[in-house]
Amino acid sequence: MTSTSSDETPRQVHLAAHFPGVNNTTVWADPRSRSQIDFTSFEHLARTAERGLFDFFFLAEGLRLREHKGRIHDLDVVGRPESITVLNALAAVTDRLGLAATVNATFNEPYETARRFATLDHLSRGRAAWNVVTSSDAFTGENFRRGGFLDRADRYTRAAEFVDVARQVWDAGAERAFRHAGQHFTVEGDLGPARPPQGHPVVIQAGDSDEGREFAASAADVIFTRHGTLEAGRAFSADVKGRLARYGRAQGDLKIMPGVTFVLGDTAEEAQEKAAEIRRQQVSPQNALLTLEQVWGVDLSAYDPDGPLPDIDPVPGTGLSQGRTHRGDVFELAEKWRALSRDKGLSIRQTVIETTRRQSFIGTPAAVAAEIDTFVQAGAADGFILVPHLTPGGLDEFVDQVVPLLQERGVFRTEYTGTTLRSHLGLPVPAPCHERIPTA
Amino acid sequence: MTTRPAGRRSLHLAAAVDLPDTYEAEPYERAVRLAEHGALDFVTLHDSFAAPGPDGLAVLSRLAPRTTRIGLVPTVTTTHTEPFHVQAAVATLDWVSRGRAGWRPDVSTGAAEARLFGRRDPADPAALWEEAGDVVDAARKLWDSWEDDAEIRDVATGRFVDRDRLHHVDHEGPTFSVRGPSIVPRPPQGHPVVVVDAGSPHAAEAAARHADVALVAEAEPDRLAAARTALRRRAAELGRDPDALRVLAALRIDLSAGERAARPGHGGGPLPTEDGPLYRGGPVDLADLIADRHRDGAADGFHLTPLDPRRDLERLVNATVPLLQHRGLFRTFYPGSTLREHLGLARPVNQYATAGERR
Ligand SMILES: Cc1cc2nc3c(=O)[nH]c(=O)nc-3n(C[C@H](O)[C@H](O)[C@H](O)COP(=O)(O)O)c2cc1C
Repeated sequence: MTSTSSDETPRQVHLAAHFPGVNNTTVWADPRSRSQIDFTSFEHLARTAERGLFDFFFLAEGLRLREHKGRIHDLDVVGRPESITVLNALAAVTDRLGLAATVNATFNEPYETARRFATLDHLSRGRAAWNVVTSSDAFTGENFRRGGFLDRADRYTRAAEFVDVARQVWDAGAERAFRHAGQHFTVEGDLGPARPPQGHPVVIQAGDSDEGREFAASAADVIFTRHGTLEAGRAFSADVKGRLARYGRAQGDLKIMPGVTFVLGDTAEEAQEKAAEIRRQQVSPQNALLTLEQVWGVDLSAYDPDGPLPDIDPVPGTGLSQGRTHRGDVFELAEKWRALSRDKGLSIRQTVIETTRRQSFIGTPAAVAAEIDTFVQAGAADGFILVPHLTPGGLDEFVDQVVPLLQERGVFRTEYTGTTLRSHLGLPVPAPCHERIPTA
Repeated sequence: MTTRPAGRRSLHLAAAVDLPDTYEAEPYERAVRLAEHGALDFVTLHDSFAAPGPDGLAVLSRLAPRTTRIGLVPTVTTTHTEPFHVQAAVATLDWVSRGRAGWRPDVSTGAAEARLFGRRDPADPAALWEEAGDVVDAARKLWDSWEDDAEIRDVATGRFVDRDRLHHVDHEGPTFSVRGPSIVPRPPQGHPVVVVDAGSPHAAEAAARHADVALVAEAEPDRLAAARTALRRRAAELGRDPDALRVLAALRIDLSAGERAARPGHGGGPLPTEDGPLYRGGPVDLADLIADRHRDGAADGFHLTPLDPRRDLERLVNATVPLLQHRGLFRTFYPGSTLREHLGLARPVNQYATAGERR
C-alpha cells in the first residue's frame, strides 16, 4: 500500500513509538514513571505499540553520558541498555511490530553492523530497522578504538559508504563474495550472513544538515525529523522529496516522520493545562539554568531561574557542556531567546520551556486525530514518531483513544496486512544489487 | 587450597546449542528450553565472524523472554569488535534475562576475518588473547562504573543519579582505551559470568586471570585433573580465590548408541579427536563417566557439545540428567534465579564502591 493520494483513498498515517528512555522527556518524578532499564518497561511500550498497530518501535542511542562543567549530568534520566540486544528480546514478545535501533556509523564497522541487523531481521522475521546516525565528536570518541578523529565534514561520507557496504553484505548473503574498496573502508569476504527476510532492513536517517538531507534522499527509507509544524513540515518534505529524483527514486520511497509529543485531555483546556504542567516538570529550575549554560558556555549558577535572562554575551566553544551541545551560532540563539523573553515577559525557566518544546499535539483525542490527519493529507509528514512523556505507560491512552478515531477517519490500518516492516511502510523488497540493472 | 569433601561439591552441567546455518529463532528455542527442562546451569552458543550463522548474543537475547532460569552464554569475540559495545551488549543480555547472562570471549586470528573489517592485520594468538583479557578487564570496570545504587530519583534536589556513584574508568590498554562510564547501568549479576575456553596456553592464562568458568578439553582423567589444578594454582598466584573459578570438562557427545555404550562400560572413555575429546556411547554410560570424574575431583562439571544437536541434547536431558538426579548428584530444580547462583559464585563487589562509605 503506498500513500500517494488518489481520489478515493486518503493518504495513510504511519505511526511509530519512541521509547522515552533518557533526557528530560520522561517525567521521572511522576509516580507512574517506572524503570528506564528493566525489560518489563520495553515490553510494555512495545506491546502497547503493537496493540495500536504501529509501524515500529524506536530506540535512540547515546554512547557517552553527557557532562556539564566537567561532571556527569545528573538531572535527567540516563542509563539505557544496548538497543539491538533489547530489540532481539522484544522480537520474542511481539509479532508484527517493526523494531528500529539507532546505531552510529562513526563508531562502528560496516560488516559487524550489517551482520547484527541481518540477524535481527531474521530473528524477527523481517521487522528490523536501522537509524543511521553520524555524531562524530571527540568526546564520544574517547570510548572507542578509533577515537574521535572523524571530521564533521566527513561524517556523512563515511555514513553513506557504511550503508553502501552494509547493503553489499546483505545482498551477498551466504552465497556470494563481496568486495569494497573506498575512501573509508576496504572490506571483503567470501560470504556473509544469510540474506535478511526484508532484503535490506529499513534504513532511517536522522540529521538535518544539507549533507544529512542528501544522504537521506540517496539512501534512507524513512527520515526521523524534528520539523513537526505544518509549515516547517511541508517545506522540509518538499526539500527532501525534491532530491529523490536525482537518485532515481519515487516520492513514496522515502517516508517523513517527525518526532512529536502529545497530551490528551477531556477538553482542550484540560489538555493545555496538563501540557503546561508536564513542561514545568520536564524543565526544572536546575534544568533551565543548565540548558542556558549549554548555550552561553559559561557558569550561570548565580542567576535566578525565575528571573530575567543574562545580558552578557555567550562564550562559544568552551566545552562547558559535552555530549549534547548546541551547534550553530550561539550569539544568534542567545539574542533570539532574549528577545522572546523581553517581548513576552518570560523568566529564564519560562523561556527554556518555550524554546525547547518540540511539536506537540495537545487536545482532545478527536482534535489530535484530526490534526494528525490534516498534517498527513497536507503532505507535511507521512506519519509521526510519538515520544510519550511517561516510561513505559505513556502510550496507553493514545492507543486506546486516538488510534480508533484515526481508524474511523479511514487513515490508519485496522489490522496488519503484512508481516514485515517494509510491508507496513509500503516499501518494496529491494532486489539484490547483482540482479539490478546497471543504470550508468 | 581448600577442596570440599569429594562427592559433596555440586555438579555443574552446561551444553552447547550450536545449530549450523540456522537463522530462525525456533530451533534454538527448542534446544534452550530443553536444556532448561534439564536444569542445566547454562547453554553456550558459539559465534565467529569466520563462519556463517547469526550473531550469537542476538540469538540468546531473543530467547531470554522465552526462558526463565537457564544461563545464556554467547561467544563474543574481542579482536575486531569495540570493547565498549561488547560490554554494553553483554550487560544488556543480563538485563533482558534478569541475571542469566554469561560471555565467552574469543579471538579472531584469521586473515579472512581481518579482511571483513579491513582495519587491523591478523595477529598471533598470544597478542590477541592478551588483548581479550584486557577487554574483559575493561568490561568489568565498565560494569562497575555505575554503582548499584547510583540511580536515586531524588525529587527534592531534582537529581536522577548520584554522580558520585558513577565513575570514569579511564582504562588504557595497549590496543584501546575507554573513558567510561558505561551507558548501561550495572547489570543484575554485577558482572555477567565470564567463560573462557582454556584450550591453548594463552587462553589458559587468560582463564586463570579473568574467568569465572574455564572449559578444559582433556580426555584423560589425570590430565583433566592436572589442568584443573594448574588453573586453580595459577589463579591463586594471581591473587584470586581459586574457589571462585569453576573448571568444566569440555566434551563432545555422540549418544547415538543405545542405553549403554557399544563397548560395555566406559573403559575406553572419551576419545581424543581434532576437535577435542569425543564421548561416543549411551546416555547411561555418560552418566557414569560424569559421576566418576566429578567424584574424583577432576572437574567441577561438564560442558557438553552434542554432535547431533537435535538427537544428543534430547538424550542428555531425558536420560543422562535424570540418572544423575536420581543418584543425588545433580539438582532437580533451580534453587536460584541467576547464573551466578546456579554456579555458586558470589555477586562481585563493585571495585569503585569504597568500603565504609557504603551501607
Ligand atoms: C530527530 C533526530 C533524532 C536523532 N537521534 C539521535 C540518536 O538517537 N543518537 C545520536 O547519536 N544522534 C541522533 N541524532 C543526531 C543526528 O544523527 C546527527 O548526528 C546530528 O543531527 C548531526 O547531523 P546534522 O548536522 O546532519 O544534523 C538525531 C537527530 C535528529 C534530527
